[in-house]
Amino acid sequence: MPTTTEAGEKDPAAAADGRGGPRRRWRSSVLPRHLSLAVLGLLAVTVVMETTGSFANSQLASMAYLGIAAGGLTVLTGLNGQLSLGHGAFMAVGAYTTALFLDGEPPALPLPVVLAAATLVTLLVGAVVGVAAARLHGPYIAGATLALAVAVPGVVLHFERLGGEQGLGVRMPETPVWVLDAAYFVTGSELDPTKYVAYIGWAALVVTYVLLANLMRGRVGRTWRAVRDDEVAAEIAGIHLGRARVLAFVVSTACAGLAGAVMAMAVRITAPSGFSLTLSLTLLSAVVLGGLGSLTGALIGSALLTFLPHLVTGLGTDAGLTDVRAAELAPAVYGLTMILVILVAPAGITGTLRNLWRRRRGVA
Amino acid sequence: MSPPTTATTERTDHDGGPPALFSITGVSVRFGGVRALSEVSLDVAPRQVLGVIGPNGAGKTTLFNVACGFVRPDSGRLLWKGEELTGLRPHRLASLGIGRTLQGLGLFDRMTVLENVMVGAGRHARTGFASALFGLGRGARDDAALAARARRTLAGLGVERYADRLPGSLPYPVRKRVALARALVGEPELLLLDEPAGGLAGDEMAELGELIRGLTDRMAVMLVEHHMDLVMSVCDDITVLDFGRVIARGGPDEVRRDPAVVAAYLGEEVGGKAGGKAGEGAGERAGREQRGTGE
Repeated sequence: MPTTTEAGEKDPAAAADGRGGPRRRWRSSVLPRHLSLAVLGLLAVTVVMETTGSFANSQLASMAYLGIAAGGLTVLTGLNGQLSLGHGAFMAVGAYTTALFLDGEPPALPLPVVLAAATLVTLLVGAVVGVAAARLHGPYIAGATLALAVAVPGVVLHFERLGGEQGLGVRMPETPVWVLDAAYFVTGSELDPTKYVAYIGWAALVVTYVLLANLMRGRVGRTWRAVRDDEVAAEIAGIHLGRARVLAFVVSTACAGLAGAVMAMAVRITAPSGFSLTLSLTLLSAVVLGGLGSLTGALIGSALLTFLPHLVTGLGTDAGLTDVRAAELAPAVYGLTMILVILVAPAGITGTLRNLWRRRRGVA
Repeated sequence: MSPPTTATTERTDHDGGPPALFSITGVSVRFGGVRALSEVSLDVAPRQVLGVIGPNGAGKTTLFNVACGFVRPDSGRLLWKGEELTGLRPHRLASLGIGRTLQGLGLFDRMTVLENVMVGAGRHARTGFASALFGLGRGARDDAALAARARRTLAGLGVERYADRLPGSLPYPVRKRVALARALVGEPELLLLDEPAGGLAGDEMAELGELIRGLTDRMAVMLVEHHMDLVMSVCDDITVLDFGRVIARGGPDEVRRDPAVVAAYLGEEVGGKAGGKAGEGAGERAGREQRGTGE
């Protein structure tokens, strides 16, 4: 997986005391590293996708869109310290944009362009909200974005073109013949539409994560973290606080837009009920579970969100519970996991592993 | 030098000295009904160490925050290299060539020492968002150059070996040096030091004094400080504030002998903080306490 943790940025040799010797290679090999991780990730995804059934494929598609949105959110909350409770609303913007662009037979635009358009539209909305949010702090940003999460599904109802309560159906375009051929050539099996969407989702996730990882490792990420850690010090170091915050917000909402686009294609319908406050909170819990500020953590969190309920339900039925009871088990286990992580590993899963690793090497 | 002992609104370079690098002229600041600064003027000449001293609540930190753009003066002007700075914002300081340290250090806790210092080097960055996003070689080379620059600065202050540690794990004097490195890495022409001796032991303070003197071959320093010993040993010129006014200025010896200074500053040091002007003093202290967290 193309994943980077905050700690991953630090040279492992760093722990050694003393002069440490010249380290000229400082971050010079960032892109090749991220790209090779990306290729490995795609290979792994292909293997998993080809060895699992249609249901698992659709789950993988959900994990992909949750992962994209969580990746963006972890950048905003973990790196820049802005708490957004409204990322579900930005996903809605991306999803509705996608649904509208794909409406038409054949759709007016090729699929990659639709994804880019959904990202761009959400980015613009994010810029407007971000400029307003940059004037706010801590809980006030959370409040403002919370309002957005509540308002957007409500606003959607007022536009007939957006399908009201029923929402819009999303028409998936025919899988291009060359894609079908290529898939058959590589995997030796037919590419069904579910799998096609899952592949699109994971390709989008990998691209997003590579770009986010690039940003996190460089000066932009450093600027964001500086603003998070100490505003006054960041400002006198020459950082324009507002600009840094808006940039983080815009990058984060662009991710949410792309996630919404993938979600629209995976779910095949965009309705207000799909973008309730629960979605925003779910994303946030994924990010906290995995470990704030870490893309690996965002991915782990979205995997937990996607697979844990089904796993628990399955275990429940195996243990002799009725289907209804087994289904009720999932939220309980999820809640318990959340409580456990916060009690035992407040830094999230990756954060805790990172701290253990550091302690083992004797670094504070 | 025979500078005036009272503040004047219009100050020019006196004694035919070098033109001032940074001037504050006739600055007044009120917080509510309290006058924190009234008609304060001072000049920092290139490669000079200017000390600003005064009893608690004299308005030192307010003056400092005016110089940084955290507090907008009600009247008066700031001049940088002879040009007026209008609407100075703190984030512009670095690009102008003014470095500053904070009383509370303000290190970025969750970033390594090296990264802390690299943030201060942003003035030297040559690439922007796009090359970072796409991980272009340009951005990586630029970052490597910033890292090298930051390491050199850390090495210059003798703390390079801590480059990859988190600041929270380091002893206070080391953290102080890291904060100083972050201000120095941008190669400022003027360095504003806010109580740099706070929390240091005697020998550490002597080292700090040497360090500050050593900076004057590259930059001017304006120092706000409590410790008379340090101020007297490193400053070329001293401006003394009391209740928001300049009550004396001149070389260390001049200032030391000035009766107004002895009465205001040393009297307070020796005789405790009690005084008839307590009400006003408290108000000014409130102003001084604010570290400039203005948005």
